[in-house]
Amino acid sequence: MQTATTPFLRQHGEHLAVGGDWTLAMATALAADVSRWRGRLAPQARIDATAIARLDTAGARLLLDLAEAARIDGLDPRQHALLDAVARAALPDTATTRRDNGLLGLLARTGAAVEGIARDAVALLGFIGLVLATLVRSLPDPRRWRPTALAFHLEQTGLDAVPIVVLLNFLVGAVVAFLGATILRDFGAAIYTVELIGYSFLREFGVLLTAILIAGRSGSAFTAQIGSMKAREEVDAIRTLGLDPIEVLVLPRLLALLVAMPLLTALAMLAGIVGGGMVGALSMDISPTLFITRLHELGAARHFWVGMSKAPIFAFLIAAIGCLEGFKVSGSAESVGTHTTSSVVQAIFMAILVDALAAVFFMEIDV
Amino acid sequence: MTATEAIIEVRGLRNQFGSQVVHEQLDLDVRRGEIIGVVGGSGSGKSVLMRSIIGLNRPAAGSVRLLATEMMRASETERMQVERRCGVLFQNGALFSSLSVADNVMAPMREHFRLPLPLMQRFAALKIALAGLPPNAGAKFPSQLSGGMVKRAALARAIALDPDLLFLDEPTAGLDPIGAAAFDELILTLRDSLGLTVFLITHDLDTLYTICDRVAVLAHRRVLACGPLAEVERCDDPWVRDYFQGPRGRSALLAAQHARARHAHPAGGT
Repeated sequence: MQTATTPFLRQHGEHLAVGGDWTLAMATALAADVSRWRGRLAPQARIDATAIARLDTAGARLLLDLAEAARIDGLDPRQHALLDAVARAALPDTATTRRDNGLLGLLARTGAAVEGIARDAVALLGFIGLVLATLVRSLPDPRRWRPTALAFHLEQTGLDAVPIVVLLNFLVGAVVAFLGATILRDFGAAIYTVELIGYSFLREFGVLLTAILIAGRSGSAFTAQIGSMKAREEVDAIRTLGLDPIEVLVLPRLLALLVAMPLLTALAMLAGIVGGGMVGALSMDISPTLFITRLHELGAARHFWVGMSKAPIFAFLIAAIGCLEGFKVSGSAESVGTHTTSSVVQAIFMAILVDALAAVFFMEIDV
Repeated sequence: MTATEAIIEVRGLRNQFGSQVVHEQLDLDVRRGEIIGVVGGSGSGKSVLMRSIIGLNRPAAGSVRLLATEMMRASETERMQVERRCGVLFQNGALFSSLSVADNVMAPMREHFRLPLPLMQRFAALKIALAGLPPNAGAKFPSQLSGGMVKRAALARAIALDPDLLFLDEPTAGLDPIGAAAFDELILTLRDSLGLTVFLITHDLDTLYTICDRVAVLAHRRVLACGPLAEVERCDDPWVRDYFQGPRGRSALLAAQHARARHAHPAGGT
């Protein structure tokens, strides 16, 4: 490999002598030199390029910038060919579109974001309608059921999620019991920890924690699976084979989640209560028998059904959002990532929103 | 520096995946400034050969000498230096989908040189223009480009650092005949003006006949024949004969002869 020589520009009477390496590696220094010399060149000046050792496209572009109307002498034929090729390649105006970062830009982006949310909401409602219509159409026809796909997704979204759901709820149950015990003990009401645990896990925490976990675990998986199929035109292939992508891809996932989610929720409630009960038994002298008796007095069954009634709604929302975001994926790998993130965020947001509305509703009807 | 200096020298290459041997005792020389076409049936290991040469695939045995550097024994820095002088156009473009075309072209410049952004944008625009794309293509993202434009954008990125050596993996596959012919012309122009050496994998017989100086035929795990087309055509291996003497080969030859005749007598020319 040749050793690099630093480029130079020198005035020699009428003409300008240039030499050295005019390459990309030297471009920063060269560009500064070129802009310094540019205006000062006499109209009829000649550029002597005999001393140029190496020339690449970047150097050629800079040499052309320097020369403007002036003549360039002394290049060997290969360098001349390069210069001609670069000269022929038309450059666009360098005034690239700059992003407006001012107040106007902020307003525009805010507007676009709001519009995006509105469009997403409409799309989600439309998609939910489409899914329901497809479901109603395909349910009466047993030939269109897909038991294999359903079983597969049941395992993936249900069975495989059991350990994490149980463990997480157990830990949160223990933490809530500790918190409750610490505060309630000051009032001499440590025994009410049982109510705290029972009430919160049966009505809210069991189902909400499960929904958040499933949104992160299965909702994202739905988006990524369908999204990469969309990116590789597999979804289009399904359509051209005379099949309905909603029926083939969405329904098995939706039905699997509708079955798995209530089961997981029940396990989650149980795990949370066991976690709380264990803390009660070990550190607060609330024996398991007492714990269970008090739970019965609380009317646990009623609270259990309040919590359970939300599970299918969350399941439906998570599956619908996950699948819809998957269908929104376009072409690139980055798009799969963006929509997966969006799917998880939307699903968790919707779960908490619906949970809040449900809490108000159940309070109003006094359940 | 002589005209016949070998810029790539492959000796005794052996590639193996599990029990499947792809290359065995494969030798190949590529000379500076030539366009060498590599042909072979599907699965004959053309892409594997390219990956072995550029170091993406470590061969089981043999040596690869690239730009006077023994790639198997070179240190990390030496390899990097050689890799910087190679441009690669992958079969499907392999453009970074999260970057615009201009950013794709600027990516190698950004990594290897510290250049002011406006200067880099100018050079990127130059490369995009050299690759035959319209000026507004720079702001587009790969997913917004047609197949032919993706190839051109990938070519612009491959020549971003003014490589000495350009590897092209089926550059005209999937292009319409007019687009493919224009791409061939572009490669020829770039070779002549930028002084490139081009290693070209192709199935396109028209490309072989119009722009390749030499052709290497890959079959039976080695280079079966290597030389100018006229020489390779005369090879008496049945596969090579079928390849070049088949109906497609003959029509490509005719087309190339036509093209050459037009080239030699352009309107108002010599």
